[in-house]
Parts: sequence; C-alpha cells; structure tokens
Amino acid sequence: MPDTTTKIILNPNATAINKEGTTYVINPYDEWYALIRAIELKESGIATEIHLITVGKAEVEPIIRKALSLGGDEAIRIDAESIDPYQTAAYIADYAKSVGYDLVLCGKESIDYNNGTTGVILAEMLDLDYIGFATSIKIEGNSAIVNREIEGGEETDSCKLPVVIACQKGVAEARIPNMRGIMAARTRPLKVVTPSAVSPLTEILSYELPLAKSGVKMVSPDNMDELVELLHSEAKVI
Amino acid sequence: MNITGSVNAIKGGEFLVRETEADSIFIPEEWNEEQLMIAETCTNFLAQHVTPNLTRIDEQEEGLMPHLMEEAGALGLLGISIPEEYGGFGKDFTTSMLVTEKLGAGNSFSVAFSAHTGIGTLPILYYGNAEQKQKYIPKLASGEWKGAYCLTEPGAGSDANSGKARAKLSADGKHYLITGQKMWITNAGFADIFTVFAKIDDDENLSAFIVEKNFEGLSLNPEEHKMGIKGSSTRQVFFNDCKVPVENLLSERQNGFKIAVNILNLGRIKLGGGTVGASKEVITMAVRYANEREQFGRAISKYGAIRHKLAQQAIRTYGSESAIYRASQNMEEATEQFVASGMDEIKAKLKGTEQFAIEAALIKVHASETLDYVVDEGVQIYGGMGYSAEAPMDRAYRDSRINRIFEGTNEINRMLMVDMMLKRALKGELDLMGPAQAVAGELTSIPDFAAAEEEGLFSKEKKYIKGFKKAILMVAGAAVQKLMTQLGKEQEVLMCLADMLMELYVSESTQLRVEKLVGMRGEEACKEQLDIMRVYINDAAENILKSGKEAINSFADGDEKRMMLMGLKRFTKTEDINTIQARRNIAAKLITENKYCF
Repeated sequence: MPDTTTKIILNPNATAINKEGTTYVINPYDEWYALIRAIELKESGIATEIHLITVGKAEVEPIIRKALSLGGDEAIRIDAESIDPYQTAAYIADYAKSVGYDLVLCGKESIDYNNGTTGVILAEMLDLDYIGFATSIKIEGNSAIVNREIEGGEETDSCKLPVVIACQKGVAEARIPNMRGIMAARTRPLKVVTPSAVSPLTEILSYELPLAKSGVKMVSPDNMDELVELLHSEAKVI
Repeated sequence: MNITGSVNAIKGGEFLVRETEADSIFIPEEWNEEQLMIAETCTNFLAQHVTPNLTRIDEQEEGLMPHLMEEAGALGLLGISIPEEYGGFGKDFTTSMLVTEKLGAGNSFSVAFSAHTGIGTLPILYYGNAEQKQKYIPKLASGEWKGAYCLTEPGAGSDANSGKARAKLSADGKHYLITGQKMWITNAGFADIFTVFAKIDDDENLSAFIVEKNFEGLSLNPEEHKMGIKGSSTRQVFFNDCKVPVENLLSERQNGFKIAVNILNLGRIKLGGGTVGASKEVITMAVRYANEREQFGRAISKYGAIRHKLAQQAIRTYGSESAIYRASQNMEEATEQFVASGMDEIKAKLKGTEQFAIEAALIKVHASETLDYVVDEGVQIYGGMGYSAEAPMDRAYRDSRINRIFEGTNEINRMLMVDMMLKRALKGELDLMGPAQAVAGELTSIPDFAAAEEEGLFSKEKKYIKGFKKAILMVAGAAVQKLMTQLGKEQEVLMCLADMLMELYVSESTQLRVEKLVGMRGEEACKEQLDIMRVYINDAAENILKSGKEAINSFADGDEKRMMLMGLKRFTKTEDINTIQARRNIAAKLITENKYCF
C-alpha cells in the first residue's frame, strides 16, 4: 500500500492512482501484528516455518524483502495485480491450498482501502475457521486461544488449527529490522508464482480525493458573542 | 578495481588541478535496497527511541543513554563497519557514513553514538593487536561496553601533542602508571573503555593505552554544564598512578599522536555526515512550521523572505552532502587499491582515509558551518517560537554549535587543509607548480575571446569551476612565492585560501552530482537540483572572489596586485542568473513536499 505520507495523485480521468513517485510500505496491520506474532511463535519454538505471501508485480519486491528482514523463512510473490479483496484472497487461497498451512495470520484490514475482508474471504475459500479483530493469539496444543475485540469489550475464543486470524493492535509489538535481518533478507528465498487468472468481483469506477481541510478559526474565550454568531451564520449548526 | 582504474584514480587534494568525470563519483541517489533498509532502521530507531525522549536524554536521566546505546547495539548499528570476525557487519565506508548521517538527527544521542563508534572504537580496531581486538571489539560492537577517547587536556586542546599526562613503567615492569588530567571527554560518565593518550617518561610523542574503567587510579569529575548537547556525557577524567597492564599499550610507543591524527581524519568526515543528517531534519521542521504558521492570513511559507531561507538551507546542505559522499567513495576506492596492492586491510583503510585528509578537513568545516546556518535560520523561521525552549529549534540551535569546535576547531581544520595541500606539493605528491605556473602565464597573455564556447547543460558551470581552480592556484602560488616560510604565520591568508578551496570542492561536487543525476533521471526530473547547483556556484564565485581579493591585497602591491586582481575577476566571472527565481523554485518544491526532499 502507498506510504501514508505519500501525496496521492490520480490519473487524469480519476480511475486509477498514479503510481509514479509513490513509495510503498507493508500494511502496518500485517507487519506490526501478523508478521511479528508469527516470528514470535517461531522464536518460542511453536511455529516451524514462516511463509510471507503477497500479491503484486515486481515493484513490490523491496517491500517483501523488508518484511523478510524482520523474519520469515521464505517469501512468495503471486505475480498479479488485484483490484479487490476477493481477487487477492482467491490468489492466496490457490497457493495456500498447495502448501496446507496450520495457521494463517493477516492484518485486520489494509489502511489504504480499509476493506477488511481479505482474511474472511480467504478462510471461506480454504474452508477454514476465521477469527477477526484479534488482540492476542496463543497456541496451546492444537488450538489457538484468541482474544478479540467486540463492541464494548473483549471475548476469548478457542479454535482448532488450522485457522485464519486477522490481527490488530495488541497481538504483538512492532519491531525495527536489525542489521542481521537486513543482511539475511537478501539470502532468503523469494518465490514468484504465476497464478491462474481470477477476476475481481468489483470494478472501481472513479476515485475522489478528500477536500482540503479548511483552516480552524480561533475565537477568544472572552468573545462568546462572536462564537455564537459564527456557529449560527457560518457553521450553521445553531 | 582494474589497473587502468588505479592509474587514473584521483588522489587526495588533486581536485585542485584535475577534472573529475561525473560518472566516477558516488551520489546519494545510488543507494541500493539494502542500504536504504539500513537507513530506514536508523530513522525508525530515532523516531521510536530517541526523539520522544530528547528531554529525558538532556536531563541525563540515569542509565538512559547507555540503554539507548545498547538498543542501537542490538540493532547492529554500532558494528556497521566492524569486520564480521569481531562481531560487526563489515559494511563499506559509504554505508557507515549513511548510518552516521541518519543518526546525526538524534541530537545528544548522535554525539554519544559517534564518539563510541568513532574515537571510542576505532583506535583499538585499527591499531590494536589480535588479542586486544578480540578482547574489546566484539563488546564495543554489541554495545555491551561503551567507548571513550581521552586526548584533550586543560592545557592541550588544538595543540594535542603538548599534553602533560605521563606514563611510567612500574618497578616490576608489568604496568604503566598513568598520571594526568583529561578534559571534555565524551561518554566518560558511562564508558567502560577509554583510549588514553600520554607520553611515556620524557618521550617527544604521545603513546596510546587501552584503559578499563575499573583500573585502579581512574576517577571522574561530575558532568560539565554545557551550552548544548546536554544529554551527552562530558566529564574530566583523572588518572592517578592509574595501573594499566603493559599489554594494553596500543600500537607502539610514541605512536599515539599518529593514531590521534589518523582517527581524527575519519572523525572529521564522519562529523560532516552527522551534521548533514541534522541539517536535513532541521529543514524538515522549518518547512513544516512555515507551512502551518499563518500570519496576515497566509502560511508564512508563502512569503519570499521565508522561501529564501528555506531554499538557502537546502542549497548549502545539498552541497555538503554531495561533497561528503564523493569523498567517502574516494576513500573507499583508495582503500581498495591499497588492499589490491597487497596491503593489510586495516592499514589500507588508514592510508585511504589519510589520502583524503584535505577533503575530510574541508568537509568538516563546510558541513558544520552549514548546520549552524541551518539552525540559525531555523530559529528565525520559527520566530518567537524559535526562541522558546518549548519548541525544537532551541535544542537544535544549541546542539549545533559544538560541531565547529570539536574534532579540530574549524580554524585548525582550515589551516590544516592548506598546509597539507602545500606539503604534498613540496613532497612532489601533487603537482601544483606546473598548473600554477600555467595560470601565471595566462595572466600576462591576452584572453582568447574568440575561443569557441562549449555547448551542453553543464558547460558553463564546468567552465566556472575551471576558473575557480585557476583563481586558487594563482592566489596560493603567489602567496607561497611572496610570503615563503612566513605563510604559516599569515593565518588570515590561510583562512582565505581554505575558504576558496572549500567553495571549489563543494561547487564541483554539487555540479558532478547533478550531472550524474540528470544522466540517471533526465533533466525534467532534476529541475530543482539544477537550480541548487546554479545558485551554489553563483554564490561560490562571489565568495572566492572576496577571499581571493582579501588575500592578494594583503601581500601584493603595484602592477602585480592589479594584474592578479584582474585575473581573479576573470577567473571568477559568471553570467548573471536570476537567483531569486531559482531559490523560489527550490523553496516551492520543499513546501509542496513538506520536508527536505533533495
């Protein structure tokens, strides 16, 4: 996804984002929580091998290698561009079926499109259970014990592996790649997989950039009359 | 490196008499993916661990700085250029410069970091024997032990070899007993290992010793109260018959001054890198503030007076940066050549660095003065808030100032660069005489107005830079001839020559960088960089003219003076350009990007 500090520029007819000059980062929910928790599970001897899967063309490789610098044994880039979560999930599911993972961790949503549905569609396609909005994940024997956020509180679920879990804040603490990891990232395998074609379910008709924020008007606390007047005549809320 | 390469490779100081091809220099736009990842790790480390804690760091909260050093060590940032066999990562010099630059934005932390990885670690790495290296380097690389360097004394600052600290062999011949007082010792408060310089008995030159903090007879004064870098530990260190095992003598007896000088060569260019990192950070803060702060109904970044400052900050920083990475790569290549010719790697590194000691000195001066300019205008852009201790410019302003003082004051470095240049010429290592005589000949000949002008995007700037070289050769040549051995005492003339050299090197480095960049990205994508180059060289011409005049007026007179002043004018002549518009263009880019972006 585009770096959050990148200035987004649309193409002239506003049907796509201009990729030129855009820098990309790993979706923070995937990096900070899903990936780091997977690494922790391997460090504590519970997980044996970590695969990092992404869907994208060659330009996303620096991002995958950055993920590899944090940890993970192998990266898989599914050589395709995806339009919607269905397409992404279908590509990943196709590959995941061929391996048979015990645990699939992903971010609860991407912070560019905020669909929040790739994980759940993937679970459905793999015919696995799904837990969303996880705030902590423990593996006990053949089960995942997962705390998840619910409206106004938390619940604790237990679920037999394999399972797909979508992660959010709390699952792990973000890490900074260290020198050893950065140097190792080059030597870890990065497999490129050509998928069989999957069509998206949606079509993006156009994009709109948010309107520029108008400035804040400061009113002195001694001047309530002005405030009331402004709320009435400009903000039109009273 | 092939043989042709080594024959043609530029030597230190040769920039004054030789032209360089743009393709042969390294520019920061060439970082590879791994280097960019390392840079990002540094930036994230500062953002997460250092920047949010700057106030606690400046208050010298007990244990915080050593803890941060350990955190940096855990990430591998203390061992970037240390060989893998000693627990480091064996990265090249430009990569370690990149790390220094990125961490340079960390205020007091960057001072602790630089002192530890530079003067705290390198004397042992470069001059230690196998046992010493095995014992100390892995723990310094991991951050388990922290390093400090004890050279300066109350009566021996710039004149480092005049120190009073003495070492004598104990009666049983097993220890040196060091007695003396060392001052301004960075990291002293938490250092485990001190490289200490003292003369053995009545030796003429210093020797160096590795001293552990627990050795009997070592004690510390309380922390000094400083203008800036308040979070950096700075103390006096006392040695009272401090017992140092004889095996802790570093290198050979009386080799200490050489160690001190060589380590400082490296420290100087590294300081340049650190200050460039700080400059970029301060520019980013200034641009953001200027974009947010409104006066008379508009963001102050919309006003020309502010735009001028932002552009000027960026221009000077870009110049320093171009010079630093050009020279870093030169050092790296010189080292590779020495290794290829059969020299031991560490020796080769020292020789490679020494080879470019002139460049290192001028970079130290340029980059530290650039940072001082950048923070000064940073305060100004912040206006009243710039003067408030609540806003970050206050710290940046105070922290910058030391850079013109330590690692050799800028005055010492100015004198050094001229002195080294002339010494190399005298030794026949650098042919200045031939080119200087050619320029002198040109003075009395009629300028060839009919000569065809070269065409090309950079032809004018290349011509100007050739002229700068002639101007310096003329003034330096005449100064040597006129003043002879007195030149060393005419410090004002040396300062003028140093300033001219510095402006030349930075102008040329900037021109070569932009030329290479245009080759990579095309002219359209480098519009602002072209403006930076044009403004820098335009201003450099004026500065060179001014310094040259000042020097000539001090030692020449009559027809000779008139002829040289005319020559100087000719050699620094540039076509008029609209610098106001160029700076507006540069500022517009900074303002749109809302950060330093070149």
